[in-house]
Amino acid sequence: MSDVLYARWQMGVSLAFHIVFAAIGMAMPILMVLAERRHQRTGDAEYLELAKRWAKGTAVLFAVGAVSGTVLSFELGLLFPGFMRHAGPIVGFPFSMEGFAFFTEAIFLGLYLYGWERLSPRVHLASGVVVAVSGTLSAVFVTFVNAWMNAPRGFRTEGAGPSLRLVDIDPSGALRSPFAAHEITHMVLAAYMATAIAVAGVHAWGLLRGRRATFHRKALSLALWLAVPTTLAQPLVGHWAGQVVAEHQPAKLAALEQHEKTMAWAPITVGPIKIPGALSVLAKNRPSAVVQGLEEFPRADWPHPVVRPAFQGMVAIGTGLAALCAWALFSRLRKKSWPEARLFLRALVAAAPLGFVAIELGWIVTEVGRQPWTVYNVLRTVETVTPMPGLVVPFVTFTVVYAGLALACVAVLRHHIRQTTSPSESGAPDAG
Amino acid sequence: MLGEACAALMLAALMAYAVTGGADFGGGVWDLLATGPRRAAQRGLIERAIAPVWEANHVWLIFVVVVLFTAFPSVYARVSTVLHLPLTALLLGIVARGSAFVFRQYGARAERTWGRVFAVASVVTPLMLGVVLGAVTAGDLGDGALSAADGRDFAAVYVAPWLRPFPLAVGALALTLFAFLAATYLAWEAEAREGDAALAGDFRVRALVAGVLLAPAALVAALLARTAAPAFAARFTGSSWSWPLQLVTGVVAVTALAALARRRYRLARAAAIAQVALILGGWGLAQRPFLIAPDLTIAAAQAPRATLALVIPVALAGMLILVPSLYWLFRVFKSSPSR
Repeated sequence: MSDVLYARWQMGVSLAFHIVFAAIGMAMPILMVLAERRHQRTGDAEYLELAKRWAKGTAVLFAVGAVSGTVLSFELGLLFPGFMRHAGPIVGFPFSMEGFAFFTEAIFLGLYLYGWERLSPRVHLASGVVVAVSGTLSAVFVTFVNAWMNAPRGFRTEGAGPSLRLVDIDPSGALRSPFAAHEITHMVLAAYMATAIAVAGVHAWGLLRGRRATFHRKALSLALWLAVPTTLAQPLVGHWAGQVVAEHQPAKLAALEQHEKTMAWAPITVGPIKIPGALSVLAKNRPSAVVQGLEEFPRADWPHPVVRPAFQGMVAIGTGLAALCAWALFSRLRKKSWPEARLFLRALVAAAPLGFVAIELGWIVTEVGRQPWTVYNVLRTVETVTPMPGLVVPFVTFTVVYAGLALACVAVLRHHIRQTTSPSESGAPDAG
Repeated sequence: MLGEACAALMLAALMAYAVTGGADFGGGVWDLLATGPRRAAQRGLIERAIAPVWEANHVWLIFVVVVLFTAFPSVYARVSTVLHLPLTALLLGIVARGSAFVFRQYGARAERTWGRVFAVASVVTPLMLGVVLGAVTAGDLGDGALSAADGRDFAAVYVAPWLRPFPLAVGALALTLFAFLAATYLAWEAEAREGDAALAGDFRVRALVAGVLLAPAALVAALLARTAAPAFAARFTGSSWSWPLQLVTGVVAVTALAALARRRYRLARAAAIAQVALILGGWGLAQRPFLIAPDLTIAAAQAPRATLALVIPVALAGMLILVPSLYWLFRVFKSSPSR
């Protein structure tokens, strides 16, 4: 492999690792705040235990997310210094705002985790709310950067190749990317649904083991309140995303559907079935609309073919999870309670990791699909990569470190979940 | 003018990182060096002191990086190209330290292994931070391009700029400084917050040792600077502000040691913070007008005006949220209990 490919792989591995922790760091604070609020309202000690358990899990994952995020802020320069040299004066703004949001999140998480005894209940709960809000704001700001890389605004280009310069820079362009609205909505929902379904899966497992049923039922219920609306809304946002991609990155859309020839009534092919006009509807809302095919773009600019299976995997998972949540909602509306059929609980356990798989697949679509560009149609990745040779070494190093960290996280969480789901455990030790 | 303001902002954030995040690394150093009958108590105090604040403290570093690539993108690009190796070591240290700390805190098994990883990473990271700052101070980093024509190979371009006596001496100085800060904070913490005079005594001795070691560490770095970074050294010792600044730094350093000797930990802590801020302030003044000599001055490296004009207002707006929040965090966890 070439150095530029190793650089892309290292960035990809780092992002794939970080995104899991980032997503959990956005959604878990919501769940822990919901549990603590229920406790304060009802005086039910099990909700307090739940809040503390969830907070403890959050503490570990947040720390790993924080350090792996730091790695990313340096890797932008270590691997693609040309990107920041050109784009820093524009994307610096969403990055700074992300920095402040993250700073706020870290401060109030410290207060929340170690302040159970030191803060009044109301102030403690409010700290949790600040953590949840600033966690989501961090994601919003950092996704602005990615949206800008996919559909940049706020500058003109002068020259080409090594003499390329971005001029007439207007930093507000970083917030005006036409990709921003749907990418942010899609990502925030994805983080909420993936985490909530994973948590629901853990507690469904607890229920299936038949221990501490009331505790797990309460946890499951809170998780489903977050999972159901987000999971059911996600396909609509996905459709919206497809339409924006069709407009601004037609080559990516064509690669997602292996759509080679420009035509009206463009079909979608699923296995042996071909649905005429379906792609036209997805992209332009009209079955007769013309959709550009890959033939219109130089072969060198075609996105890597992996984007197609990644896209299909993401859509399949999203559809499956939406079906599961529709089942839950149906039961909730008819019987005023979440379903407790063993089949439903088993399905939740099986679905637990799937939301995160879908997030990874979705980012493969967005990011691999953006190649060969770092900044779409402006800066090619080969022009931004570091001149340092031997990039295989840092790639292997970080991959090994992250694999080890992932294993360690699994071990720590397994221990934590075992404690939560085991029968004898009573009361929660303070997170400190 | 705007460029100068952005550089000053970065320097201020670096000071904040050194006196907060730096001390957290120093805590790890003392975890590694924990000895004597109160070894476990020393480690326990370090853990309790760091736990609520280290993640917030760590964000100052990210803040520095973000301002750097926003306001001085070419400096960020050059530093991260040429100093790829020490920066990678720095990152591995950051990852290992943070993860190992929470794994040890919350994990069940292998507590000792994670403790060891935490401690070793706490030594490596400040060293590398100092090495990077030292290499930047020496300047002459080239542009990271290998050129067969002038016979420059990988080692000449990517290793030689930092694997030299001067950057290594700055690394050692940073490590000593952070260890000194941490021991001073911990002595105060043991006495004022936990009422444990014996434990406070342990850290008092450690702070005194580190504080005394600072003198030779600084001297070695200063002597090496005369050959490795002569222009910097000339500005550091020959400017109009040099003698007053060094005099004040000296007075503050002696105050810190005297306060430690007399067990006045609160004063010692304040003096240690001032000492670190003064050292970094002197470094920043002597770097001026360069970010990386000989070509990247503040004026040459700064981003377009539209960007610079936004950095300061955005930072000030952020500080409006940040400063009260940080103040509250430290009041809750780092002030004497009222009992």
